Amino acid sequence: MDLTPTPSQTVGPYLHLGLTDRQSLSRVADDRAKGERVWLIFRVLDGEGLPVPDAMIELWQADSEGNYAHHDSSADGAGFGGFGRQATAEDGSCTFETIRPGCVAGPGKTVQAPHINVSILGRGILKRLSTRLYFAGEPANAADPILALVPDNRRPTLLAHPDTARTSNWIFDVRLRGEGETVFFDV
Amino acid sequence: MSSSLIQSESNNPEISVVPFRRHEPGTQPDYFYPAYRTTRLRAPSQPLIFLPHTLSEVTGPVFGHSSVHPNDRDLTLQHTGEPLGERIVVSGRVVDGDGHAVSNSLIEIWQANAAGRYAHAKDDHPASLDPNFTGTGRTLTDREGFYSFVTIKPGAYPWRNHDNAWRPAHIHFSLFGPAFVTRLITQMYFPGDPLFAYDPILQSIADERARRRLVSKFDLETTKPEWALGYRFDIVLRGRESTPLER
Repeated sequence: MDLTPTPSQTVGPYLHLGLTDRQSLSRVADDRAKGERVWLIFRVLDGEGLPVPDAMIELWQADSEGNYAHHDSSADGAGFGGFGRQATAEDGSCTFETIRPGCVAGPGKTVQAPHINVSILGRGILKRLSTRLYFAGEPANAADPILALVPDNRRPTLLAHPDTARTSNWIFDVRLRGEGETVFFDV
Repeated sequence: MSSSLIQSESNNPEISVVPFRRHEPGTQPDYFYPAYRTTRLRAPSQPLIFLPHTLSEVTGPVFGHSSVHPNDRDLTLQHTGEPLGERIVVSGRVVDGDGHAVSNSLIEIWQANAAGRYAHAKDDHPASLDPNFTGTGRTLTDREGFYSFVTIKPGAYPWRNHDNAWRPAHIHFSLFGPAFVTRLITQMYFPGDPLFAYDPILQSIADERARRRLVSKFDLETTKPEWALGYRFDIVLRGRESTPLER
């Protein structure tokens, strides 16, 4: 048997039918989860700066202690799954409720700053796009080994900013192409 | 949902992470494929930044296990009547790049009905909706990685990408696998479809052998006499590098 991994294809415009209509997950952490409660407001924009109304965003993150609720591990993480997924609305946005993750061990003795692993899928996106959301103003960002791989001038595209009106809301724009294009990672 | 965690204690941050293997060139689609028009506005223009795998990439969610019902794998039983069209059995095995079974892992599928119409508010193709067919299914792979769905063969449909553009009949597949980086969403096609050569979504994969991996095979073994044709669709998720990478 040929063990080359199966190629990806776009989710197409009707992803809701099989995925988010059936099981959408806007709460990554419920009330039992420990940590600072935050709301992440995503907006997906295309190469002309227009909202993408038919994308899907998936999140994967550590808990407030920096632990992942991975499938083959054994500690207890009440109220916390670490995974979220939602379709974007007509204005290209979607909002997740979660807790701010802790620092996660990085390669060697490095420590990764609090971050959310983000996937973007959609019509016109032939394979998943991967990026990371970091929190603006977080001191640990300066020593993050992954941010260090990103050219200075593009690093700001990975920072979510608190809403001035409500600082538990963090705003993160994903620009798929063109001016201010978000950094995407080859994972 | 499992509530178990991987420890990443801050007093001992040296954690060995076994990375997943990277794809061979040409075996996955490019992002920018102008013949597929929407990629011109939605594909990044800057090169991707290579990300060495960390705990964040080699861990992954447990999702959907508690919400899979036995009837979810038979798309012909979800309404009071039988859907119209050609009943089929789609089955196969999910393995990783080393051939090991991917067991107890969620598969979600969705598709058009036999007339080529999705039960979706935004599909305006003037073909019949079928009140007995929604076109969504989900199941878990078994211990050996096997799965099976009963459904209706979907129809081809037009999609306005270019003049007289038609998508070959396909079923969308969504899989998670064990890690953030093993997530796969793809489409399964049917053997011998004359539309393959005209379909930029399939043709966006440069490597012909890789494209063929998306085409299911007619399978007499899983064909049920007097009842339904069988199609086999095996799926390979990314495997790990052979040796742990200590840094």
